[in-house]
Amino acid sequence: MERDELIETLRTQPFLEGLKTQHLEELASMAIETRFEKDRMIFREGDESTFFYLILSGKVALEIASPTQTVRVQTLSGGDELGWSSVLAHGGKNFQARVLETTQALAFDSVHLRDEFGKNCELAYEFMVRLLKVVEGRLQATRLQLLDLYAPRTTRTVLK
Amino acid sequence: MSESKLPESASAVMRTTPARVAKVDRNTHDTFTLTVEPVDGEQLPPFGPGQFSMLYAFGVGELPISISGDPHEPGRLVYTIRSVGPATQKLVSCRPGDVIGVRGPFGNQWPLQEARGKDVLIVAGGIGLAPLRPAIHHVLRNRDDFVRLLILYGARSPQDMLFKKELAEWGRLPDTQVLSTVDYGGVSWRGYVGVVTTLFRYLRMHAKHTTAMVCGPEIMMRFVVRELEMRGMGHDEIFISMERNMKCGVGFCGHCQFGPDFICKDGPIFSYEQIRPWLDKYEL
Repeated sequence: MERDELIETLRTQPFLEGLKTQHLEELASMAIETRFEKDRMIFREGDESTFFYLILSGKVALEIASPTQTVRVQTLSGGDELGWSSVLAHGGKNFQARVLETTQALAFDSVHLRDEFGKNCELAYEFMVRLLKVVEGRLQATRLQLLDLYAPRTTRTVLK
Repeated sequence: MSESKLPESASAVMRTTPARVAKVDRNTHDTFTLTVEPVDGEQLPPFGPGQFSMLYAFGVGELPISISGDPHEPGRLVYTIRSVGPATQKLVSCRPGDVIGVRGPFGNQWPLQEARGKDVLIVAGGIGLAPLRPAIHHVLRNRDDFVRLLILYGARSPQDMLFKKELAEWGRLPDTQVLSTVDYGGVSWRGYVGVVTTLFRYLRMHAKHTTAMVCGPEIMMRFVVRELEMRGMGHDEIFISMERNMKCGVGFCGHCQFGPDFICKDGPIFSYEQIRPWLDKYEL
């Protein structure tokens, strides 16, 4: 992708909606075009992945794997964000990410991102506010999943 | 939304019509679809999308069940029932040839006349797809009256999804977008995973030209309404189907009173504008 095309692609990403062109240019300089083939694992639970991804197309599943079963807890598609926790530099991944459909993404090395954020507080603020919205959305979705909404009342888990 | 019409006398509305079970389809491990036909030349009444009947499992009890069939196929009624108690257990245990009692149909209808010329957005959760299925059939049979048909459906797991084959068929139709998701999926599930509200980000929606019809657990509907509000939809264009403990079906007994309304007579379908003041009232 040419630089101008890359900037326009970033501009259309829901995560970066409303970001100034100057900031889009700064992010474009760090973006790495990435493609993941179907069935590939992008990362596994415990991996020290440093990448944050903006998914352009395709579908990725977040899964929790145990020796007896693998539970798919969320899917992500074009316009979604993958690997938000990498930006926080707190250690290993909490889920594994499996490619369900061949996926195009823009990857950002969070080490570079954090270096840039240290020098550029405005970009850091804008990015982190958006990241917090992603986390809020995931938290809300998880809470709704925990409610087990669609189960018959008789089989729902109720704390007494 | 269309007004409900009260039958002429109290005795008429309380009269149960016998209906013979013609077919029983198993949808999931606990949900079945019953098709019933008239007995001995008795006519089963026509119904509108969104209406419900009181079904009597003889010797056990009577309960409200939404009609889930095609309103343009007269002479038979279709009900999708999840087994959660003795009466529903008795109903889903029926075999072809068994007779049940039917009263109704009762209640008002989805606002399909008012939605003409617009996109129709259907948002369903779990068994909430059943009361919306007649509305989908109506849109598909009157396709030129509407612009796009958008269907969002959430279920607990792939095994709990209703009408999977139909959802896939509807998704292949022109000007129709169908997105399904499950709360939990195994590795063989290739569709979306997450609550139904997460599907909104994949929807191409024109808020000012859309009528939304929502049915599912009440908490789900609250969060769906929030998403619709965030996307610029007016409260008078969002319609939800409510559920309460309905007994008589016509507003006599008061069991299903909800604020100033009776769910059975004034609903079960309400605009969000109409019902919003009562939705947040604790234990109402």
